[in-house]
Amino acid sequence: MAELVYDETGRLLFTEEMAKEYTLVVPQMLPVTFRMLVKLLELERGYHIEVLETNTQKVVETGLKYVHNDMCYPAILSIGQLIEAAESGRYDTHKLALMITQTGGGCRASNYIHLLRKALKKAGLEYIPVISINLSGMEKNPGFKLSLKLGVRCVFAMMYGDLLVHIGNQCRPYEVEKGATDALIESWTDKLVDLFTENKGLGFGAMRRYMREIVADFAKIERTNEKKPRVGIVGEIYVKYAPLGNNNLEEFLLKEGAEPVVPGVTDFIIFKVNNRYVDVGLYGGSIFKKIGMWIFQNFVIKCQNIMIEVIEEEGTFRPMSHFSELQELVKGYLGYGNKMGEGWLLTAEMLELIHSGTNNIVCTQPFGCLPNHVAGKGMMRKLKDDYPDSNIVAVDYDPGATKINQENRIKLMLANASRNERK
Amino acid sequence: MTDAINNTSKADYRIGIDIGSTTVKVIILDEKGEILFRSYERHFSKVREKTAEVLERAKPILAGKTIVLLITGSAGLGVSKSADIPFIQEVFATAKAVETYIPETDSVIELGGEDAKIIFFNGSLEERMNGSCAGGTGAFIDQMATLLNVSVQELDRMSADFEKIYPIASRCGVFAKTDIQPILNQGGRKEDIAASIYQAVVDQTIAGLTQGRALGKTIVFLGGPLYYYKGLRARFKETLNLDDDHAIFPENGDCFAALGAALSTNGFEPQKYEDICARIKESVSDAVITNTMPPLFESEAEYAEFLSRHNKNAPPKTDISKYAGDAYLGIDAGSTTTKLVVIDKDGGILYTYYGSNRGNPVQIVFEELKKIYAAAEDRIKIRGAAVTGYGEELIKNAFNLDAGLVETVAHFRAARHFNPDVDFIIDIGGQDMKCFKIRNGAVDSIFLNEACSSGCGSFIETFARALGYEIEEFSKLGLFVKHPVNLGSRCTVFMNSSVKQAQRDGASVADISAGLSISIVKNAVYKVIRAGSADDLGQNIVVQGGTFKNDAVLRAFEQELKRNVTRPTIAGISGAYGAALHAKDLQLAESSILTEAQLADFIHKAKPITCKLCTNHCSLTVNTFDNGRRFVSGNRCSRPLGKEKSALPNLARYKYDKLLSYHGVEGAPRGKIGLPFGLNTYENLPFWHTFFTRLGFEVVLSPESSRAIYRLGQHTIPSDTVCYPAKLMHGHVLELMNAGVDTIFYPCMPYNFDEGLGDNNFNCPVVAYYPELLAANVKELKKVRYLYPYFGLHRKDDFIKRAAKYFKDEFGIPKRETKKAAEAAYAEYEAYKDEIRKKGAEYINYARENGKKILVMAGRPYHIDPEIGHGIDELAVSYGFVLITEDAVSYLMDKEPRKVLNQWTYHSRLYAAARYVTTQADMQLMQLVSFGCGTDAVTTDEVREILEAGDKIYTQIKIDEISNLGAITIRIRSLMAAVEARERGGF
Repeated sequence: MAELVYDETGRLLFTEEMAKEYTLVVPQMLPVTFRMLVKLLELERGYHIEVLETNTQKVVETGLKYVHNDMCYPAILSIGQLIEAAESGRYDTHKLALMITQTGGGCRASNYIHLLRKALKKAGLEYIPVISINLSGMEKNPGFKLSLKLGVRCVFAMMYGDLLVHIGNQCRPYEVEKGATDALIESWTDKLVDLFTENKGLGFGAMRRYMREIVADFAKIERTNEKKPRVGIVGEIYVKYAPLGNNNLEEFLLKEGAEPVVPGVTDFIIFKVNNRYVDVGLYGGSIFKKIGMWIFQNFVIKCQNIMIEVIEEEGTFRPMSHFSELQELVKGYLGYGNKMGEGWLLTAEMLELIHSGTNNIVCTQPFGCLPNHVAGKGMMRKLKDDYPDSNIVAVDYDPGATKINQENRIKLMLANASRNERK
Repeated sequence: MTDAINNTSKADYRIGIDIGSTTVKVIILDEKGEILFRSYERHFSKVREKTAEVLERAKPILAGKTIVLLITGSAGLGVSKSADIPFIQEVFATAKAVETYIPETDSVIELGGEDAKIIFFNGSLEERMNGSCAGGTGAFIDQMATLLNVSVQELDRMSADFEKIYPIASRCGVFAKTDIQPILNQGGRKEDIAASIYQAVVDQTIAGLTQGRALGKTIVFLGGPLYYYKGLRARFKETLNLDDDHAIFPENGDCFAALGAALSTNGFEPQKYEDICARIKESVSDAVITNTMPPLFESEAEYAEFLSRHNKNAPPKTDISKYAGDAYLGIDAGSTTTKLVVIDKDGGILYTYYGSNRGNPVQIVFEELKKIYAAAEDRIKIRGAAVTGYGEELIKNAFNLDAGLVETVAHFRAARHFNPDVDFIIDIGGQDMKCFKIRNGAVDSIFLNEACSSGCGSFIETFARALGYEIEEFSKLGLFVKHPVNLGSRCTVFMNSSVKQAQRDGASVADISAGLSISIVKNAVYKVIRAGSADDLGQNIVVQGGTFKNDAVLRAFEQELKRNVTRPTIAGISGAYGAALHAKDLQLAESSILTEAQLADFIHKAKPITCKLCTNHCSLTVNTFDNGRRFVSGNRCSRPLGKEKSALPNLARYKYDKLLSYHGVEGAPRGKIGLPFGLNTYENLPFWHTFFTRLGFEVVLSPESSRAIYRLGQHTIPSDTVCYPAKLMHGHVLELMNAGVDTIFYPCMPYNFDEGLGDNNFNCPVVAYYPELLAANVKELKKVRYLYPYFGLHRKDDFIKRAAKYFKDEFGIPKRETKKAAEAAYAEYEAYKDEIRKKGAEYINYARENGKKILVMAGRPYHIDPEIGHGIDELAVSYGFVLITEDAVSYLMDKEPRKVLNQWTYHSRLYAAARYVTTQADMQLMQLVSFGCGTDAVTTDEVREILEAGDKIYTQIKIDEISNLGAITIRIRSLMAAVEARERGGF
């Protein structure tokens, strides 16, 4: 059993010793991307990482038991998932560490890690170390270091993830052979993970090559010519992506005969970097920080450009928009200083969807989500005024909200969509 | 659109079935599109059975025919799926019917059992449905009728005779109850309440659903409630200013969605009537509920053991017809029930009463007292009488009782009688949940249910009635079911939709009954008490209150805690029993209670008035009794009683008055600039006022917040779950424009000042970005110069640089001037903070010199707004506290690492203030929390931990647009009682 070491504030550290023998668990959010990120982390240090796929009622109940019930739903779910795992008997709790993301902004979500520790204490498991995954250098651990090199590799992995999900979404509703799309995503994820192991695919040139292969492969999936309404999904990052958080929203939309369009995580990453850059301009601060952020932002943007070029070149699929286009679209709605949670990006994504012909949008948020009062629901009136054909439904998620109400609202939006289609 | 009337479907008849949350509506159209058959019936949660039954009844018409059938409605989806019948979304069905029959319609307002919808037809078709937070409307009216103890028809009739409308929250039944209950308890007229309930529905529908879009000229009203309740129609017409030509209440307005579904069947495949009937019947047994829990009792034997264990905890009974000697009366005038107990000198029970107060507790107590006197004859003498509960003051005044005591103390007194080792008491009444720990013989920490989950006990009752059962029968149904349905542990409003879902999935009434009992328990344990395990509560738990008379609830509680608890047989009347014991403890020679002779002349009249003495505009009820006794209720302060305000120092009031003193200089050269008086302005007004005054502007502050200001901007609020302080901002900017201000300044400020107490200095997202939300939602702002730039005051030099540029670009002000003004503004802000701190120190000294207790009211700066704080500060002061605010002590502490992320300036103040309070023997802290404040989900637990670690009592008050003075009073008085008890070294 590894020795428990604490830092000067009393935080339990994840030590190098633990890195060797502990299992690290992390809540699921983006199935395709997470798989690749986990692989990169494992390659870096030989960790043993598991992504939690649990989706039982027990997860919600555990969350409600250990987290303040007025806390946002993603906190209840992800903390519930982690504690449930720790209490399940599936792991040796003395060889277990929990990983959770920490955004560090003014949104209450940056508190998740602290609430997780409180929950562990309540459950009598405070000897389990918690690792913060963040881009801001918060909470350092001797046994878990995110180097710049690893960060760069992760960005490449995220690009692949976004590409697979983005074009996969355009195939799945139309595939002739059921399951063909998911099978291809699976096989490409396998292949990419193998490539990463051989240290391949993680550079601009290589990424462009493999992306070309990916897009060409997906273009070969046999598809029908049906016309289905496209429905965009935007919102708070967890309930937007995690099926556990949004009651399998994508699956529901597919069953209802729609094509889900889910903006990728790339823009969110650029957005978070861009915020720091913008902050210096708005309130002052280190010019070096500003330059550093500018360089990092441009790196991710370059990756995004490659991805878009590849899709455009091949010509079968709709590409995503450039970050700069999102920035342009949101003018007159929100300032770039609106950075808590998804901030201005949320509104920009709705605008981008409308401009790219996806007028139907589900805006997902945890019940009582603070930033979305402004960037989500707060902007819908103006969007409707500016784009009378837009068809946006706001759906709140929380442990008490029932599927029936959510589905009824989404069905109304879909009925509107097909009515607009006929017009 | 008349082509929908014609049957082009190739079937003989077209049918629409609308299955809503409470009713099934069926419409059958004949060949010509005429209505051949219609039915509107409650389904009492038996959705499939009822649908099958109604179709069966139509057999004489339909036998052997081909039909096309569409199902619609929120509970219809399940039937549609399992019986393989096509579904149409109900808003679309409704729109179809409206476009067919009333094409001139501009908009439709439809109220159903639990849904409220507005459909806009003018311009682009747009629908709005109530959000997940909005409780029902029809169900809401049902609930309110139950509360008033009248039928819905009577409620409607009564509403015609109203004189006065009270403000009542209709966002959900629970909120409204907390509004109505005090009015009832204080003797308000039921007729007024009836009309007020309807008005609340109207306000909620219009404000909540229109969100700024105009309804147009011709409005069609649909749905059961609007079809059946004349009073509700009248309120809508009056509020919307509609004449008979433009307010259309169509024939079959209760079945319009079903009608629309029938009209939409053209193009669907005809089927045989008998086939469809068979499919629906088959689907009846097709129920699959996956989310279930273990049964409450496995067997009758287990239940019998349970009963005998609990029945042991009984006080002795004394025969009132034989006893002679002293007796003591205790009354618990609860929110929905009134309880009376008369005990003998040893605590034996002579007489008990437990019953609904039927909206008039005075009458009940009057009748019971007469009975008691009759039974007492000359043998028994009442030597003391005490009252507790919501109606305490009223009853005490009405009958000249000797004492009143706060509920928590009454319950502790009773629990101690049965179990001297009691360390945790939980009382779930009709309306409130009170839990408290006992440590060292004194009340230690008190948990009361927040505004959002109150009404737990009466919720089951209302639900039972809605499903057509009496409460006793209903709760027994659940005792032995194999699979209670899991309804979640959220506030009761959400349970409505959970139940709806369970119905859809085919859960039986018994499954739901058991599920509801379990829900109430989970709500209490996890939401109110926030316990992690049974050990968090205690070893010796005593349960009390009417809700625990329900065996299902008690069993669920024991199951959840995994330990046995004590339920005295008098659980339902333990408050009254405790009051009686308290009366006995007084050891009076003579009770002042009205004698039998005085009772004969007893007269009670209640008259509602609105107090105009301050902006709170309390709804007062003036109760007059025989012999000139008079009692005013509903007040927050003593002013309407003709007395002066309490003279004890109140720093919240001082701060507020200080802020109001910052007004502009008329005729300033650069013209007027408006600042909305809310949210961050409460912190930064000294700064911006000085800044703009120095720049040569006349600063115009929007008026003091009020309900009227809220209403003014209500229709532009896009998110109904945002906090009340934010909602008020809409009215504030509109008021500025009404005052002729054409430049409004309201900056976006993600960062606050860094006071060195936290790891960062953020504002919450709402405070930070609300200016942008206003720009996008308050259309009038387009007509003026609305400035909402991003600024950060926390980096002075950077701010000055950026401000200089901004005001040069915007107004052409020379940079030099702006720099000077900013310097002065920073200085003023410092001076203001300094003044508050000095004043705080002065008040603390005053308290210490005069032996007063000090209460730190900790919240956000804007909680001192009397419209937001509802005069809680005044109330606390009236109970004998000297009140200071968190910023008067937070600066006395240094930064210390916290277990939560401490990166919001206001939070840092809370934590620092709480830490300071733990170092001061004579200080207590009360935290104010806005309902819907997401960040306070973090701060409340942390502040509680800090205080409890420092051996202090944590008191939290949740505030909203609706003030629940009763609950607030309980907290403040319990705190005072607990502090006093601790000083005495226990009770």
